[in-house]
Amino acid sequence: MKPVLQVENLEVTYYTDSGRARALDGVNLALYPGEKLGLVGESGSGKSTMALAMMRMIKPPGRIEGGRVIVGDVDLTALSNDEMRKARLSRIAYIPQGAMNSLNPVTRIGAQMIDAIRAHNPKESRSTSEERCMFALESVDLKRSVFKMYAHELSGGMKQRVCIAISILLRPQVIIADEPTSALDVVTQRQVMETLDHVQDQLGSAIILIGHDMGLMAQFVDKVAVMYAGRLVEVSTVRDMFTNPKHPYAQALIRSLPSLENKGVFQGIPGLAPSLLRLPTGCAFHPRCEHAMDQCKTKVPGVTELPSGRQVACHLFTSEGTTMDAPMRMEAV
Amino acid sequence: MAPLLELENVTKVYSRGFLQKTSNTALNNVSLTLNEDEPTIMTVAGESGSGKTTLAMLLLGFITTTEGQIRYKGEDISKLQGEAKLTFRREVQAVFQDPFAVFNPFYTVDHLLAVPIERFKLAKSKAEARDKMEEALTAVGLRPEDILGRFPHQISGGQRQRINVARALLLKPRILVADEPVSMVDASLRATILETLRSLQRDHGVSIIYITHDLTTAYHIAKSIIVLYRGNVMEAGDVDTVIKEPQHPYTRLLIDSIPWPDLSRRWGESATMVKEAEGSQNSTGCRFLSRCPHAMERCASMPPLFQLHRHQAAACYLHASRPEIVPERLTELLPV
Repeated sequence: MKPVLQVENLEVTYYTDSGRARALDGVNLALYPGEKLGLVGESGSGKSTMALAMMRMIKPPGRIEGGRVIVGDVDLTALSNDEMRKARLSRIAYIPQGAMNSLNPVTRIGAQMIDAIRAHNPKESRSTSEERCMFALESVDLKRSVFKMYAHELSGGMKQRVCIAISILLRPQVIIADEPTSALDVVTQRQVMETLDHVQDQLGSAIILIGHDMGLMAQFVDKVAVMYAGRLVEVSTVRDMFTNPKHPYAQALIRSLPSLENKGVFQGIPGLAPSLLRLPTGCAFHPRCEHAMDQCKTKVPGVTELPSGRQVACHLFTSEGTTMDAPMRMEAV
Repeated sequence: MAPLLELENVTKVYSRGFLQKTSNTALNNVSLTLNEDEPTIMTVAGESGSGKTTLAMLLLGFITTTEGQIRYKGEDISKLQGEAKLTFRREVQAVFQDPFAVFNPFYTVDHLLAVPIERFKLAKSKAEARDKMEEALTAVGLRPEDILGRFPHQISGGQRQRINVARALLLKPRILVADEPVSMVDASLRATILETLRSLQRDHGVSIIYITHDLTTAYHIAKSIIVLYRGNVMEAGDVDTVIKEPQHPYTRLLIDSIPWPDLSRRWGESATMVKEAEGSQNSTGCRFLSRCPHAMERCASMPPLFQLHRHQAAACYLHASRPEIVPERLTELLPV
């Protein structure tokens, strides 16, 4: 099977007053139709930047420095701005963080959905568009009457489902959802995730779920990608990730999860996430890593593909599989 | 044992409309006591619209009660004036849910910390004020040099929330009302913030009212729990018992909806109606009636709290064989 999404060596840099921050550093990823990938990491690790970069929505002072994003057989990075505008929502849709608060309070939900369709298919008849909207609303388990409602008449969970409905209007091949449930309570969260699941079954598209809630990941995704300081440090199936995490950071993440067995034990990850402006030399995780070796301080570990198909970027595993070299850093010492 | 904060039969009704008044009972007859010399962590749990935040607003004196009274050190908080009001304002602090909304984008984050220092005259000189700010920031695991002098949009959500905790810490409060303090923060930082809260209780004698929908963190941090649904207490008691053996159908739904980071424990194994309830907002019966899988005829009238153990009670007719307990004695159910 051919992957529906391929990210190759994606690099994003933010040029800030206090220096260059490399927010994405040579990220590679492939996603197949119908797959659900969870992208986890601490705040500032580059999760949202990755989503924005895939959508080509990085704004100055940020810049996509290199790499390709291929959806289906279209290279998004090669499109003109106008073509890219068309590709958003129709090929790759993005549900940003806090999307439900960005619904326009003074226009009806329906008008906002029609707007989105008009931007792509200006010639489509009003009735076809409306039918499309109704279909989308029904797929997310909302009543047709929501079409005529305003955002303030809906609860948080319903608003979030409206956002999901908008994202599937043009049947994209890839949907990126950035923390779609972070402001919702557990019961609503379960509803929204079930909706997303159901919608994906209908469309057969691939979903990237960005978040930091490992519980949600365990319940929803097939594959987990762990991000640290702008690089993917491990990509594994959800089963491998939860039963046998490889990268020391992934191990710490799994260990820090609360459960009903270890009451009162908070195993945070020692140390602080590094500032992207002052990344440690070598492996960015080495100051917090309990397995740090001498070479970790000087050499950036490349991504090792283990025989089981998992990918880990850590010197502990370089002997166990085939390693691709780490991307060159121009300013590396 | 002197009571520090007392709620006596507190009810809050929001009404709107002029000719056709519609009213919504956000909190219905809640009585609670926090004692001065027994700092505790109490969780108030429930989904959105359950009245959790209304309770927080009432405790902080931001809104007034419709019925009942809230007393701080024996004085009605709505009648506090002058010095006493200032003391109340300093000693009862809050951390809110949304770390994005509390910052004024025109000021650097220093402002949020400098204002309370200035208002409550906590420092004699600029240097001392700065020391205090740095100390509070370090205590919540931030590097002061990364934070001070920056604008809110330049720092992350987790950092902002920790600045809020730092601000509360700065004032050495007696009671901290934490309204969903970690719901928008990373899992790895969550541990740090919860640990900070717990050390506040343990080492500084601060009582914490932890308001949340996340029962996992509640379980780890709190001693006691009150589960609210549409303003009514559904279940209350010891946090271990309530979470491990929930007796009210609503508490069961909440616990069943937790996404456990455990592959062998799938979501929704026990079927409960997850749908949002519609209508019947002002019915006289059990508020959970329309969503409850065990609904019976007698649920059309509001069930009282039935005491199950020394430290657990549920407002559900499924437990009607147990002795009733009046709402005023709710505090007795909660271990400290």
